[in-house]
Amino acid sequence: MDKVVSAAEAVADIPDGASLAVGGFGLCGIPSTLIAALLARGATDLRVVSNNCGVDGWGLGLLLEAGRITRMTSSYVGENKEFARQYLAGELEVELTPQGTLAERLRAGGAGIPAFYTPVGFGTELAAGKEVRRFGDRDFVLEHAISGDLALVRADVADRTGNLVFHYAQMNFGPVMATAAKLAVAEVREISDEPLPHGRVQLPGVYVDRVVAVS
Amino acid sequence: MSLNRLQITWRAAQDITDGQVVNLGIGLPVHCSDYLRPEMDVILQSENGVIGVGPLAAKDKADADLVDAGSRRITLRPGASIVDSSWSFAMIRGGHIDVTILGAFEVAANGDLANWDMRVPNRGPLVGGAMDLAASARHVWVIMEHTTRKGGPRLLEKCALPLTAVRCVSRVYTDLAVVDITPQGFLVREMVDGMSRDELQAKSGAPLSFAADCKALTAPPIALPE
Repeated sequence: MDKVVSAAEAVADIPDGASLAVGGFGLCGIPSTLIAALLARGATDLRVVSNNCGVDGWGLGLLLEAGRITRMTSSYVGENKEFARQYLAGELEVELTPQGTLAERLRAGGAGIPAFYTPVGFGTELAAGKEVRRFGDRDFVLEHAISGDLALVRADVADRTGNLVFHYAQMNFGPVMATAAKLAVAEVREISDEPLPHGRVQLPGVYVDRVVAVS
Repeated sequence: MSLNRLQITWRAAQDITDGQVVNLGIGLPVHCSDYLRPEMDVILQSENGVIGVGPLAAKDKADADLVDAGSRRITLRPGASIVDSSWSFAMIRGGHIDVTILGAFEVAANGDLANWDMRVPNRGPLVGGAMDLAASARHVWVIMEHTTRKGGPRLLEKCALPLTAVRCVSRVYTDLAVVDITPQGFLVREMVDGMSRDELQAKSGAPLSFAADCKALTAPPIALPE
């Protein structure tokens, strides 16, 4: 099955109110072409899960500045001034979650696990109101899985069936975002007409529905 | 004489031992890697999935996809590998990290750590991987100035700022002292020359005890970048 489409086609059916799972860490592994396509398409009221929210004027920062995002689930607000401003002004609903908990909630979402206990966050504000259970001599917090309508990820090379290879640390959140979403779109530097050798595939095409080549 | 920020990282780096798997927090702690002796066999784990961070990349060889958690362009050490975020944090949570060195705003006498939300206007919270590391690494060491810019203590009976994790810190390196967290509270292992115990106590917000073999805290001269 050939999954290669254009960026505009890849996001053409994304409705307002969609939940998005977006790969990337800092400036690395950001599907910036797909984000720009989504901005051009005009989808709004988006609920976005991503480790951070791009930077001012780039990546998810573009959707944020255009007022298209109503809710963010992230681990890091930090240096993105517009993200911090909207968060601190209460314009944007933000669910802050520890980074590893975010990754594991997404992994669980793509792996059929509805919730899990983690030691991370116990005794902190981020565990407020959550179920706590003691196993052995430690306390653990119940965290729920995350799944989304659409994943946007960046990879290095794809074949036409959607098998993905990442470049260095570009992988970061890409695999968990793709597995946690009903529909996953990957933008890649290069499309290989030949199937990728099995030993190189880092994310099987089973998880990837659409592939977009970026120049 | 008090240590400057890089001298504090130098001092912390001296306690990393051969064979350890170490995660250095973003900000000041990543500089610890600059002060590891080259012959040491230490694996630096970066939360973005790089297992075996090498020295910073030369400008002409830098790759935008080969970065550490602080987005610095790095090289890989021989034998390095790269995993995705869920695996990286499974490694952290699973107890496979021997030491993490983190920056902090406050540390309490029971080892509670506050390092992710300064509660100041115009600055968003920075939880990132700090909670995962603080709750899960075998040893959590902290690097910080002994006092706030206004001169208030950062070593406290109880943290005032939001916690990162409870009872997690085992050692604190400051510009004035090296302090262990023990069941009895803060225990000063090293203190800079020219400072009295009373002066150090006055800059701390909880009782200090002093090790019987309390040593002088010293570091070689290291210039801060402009």
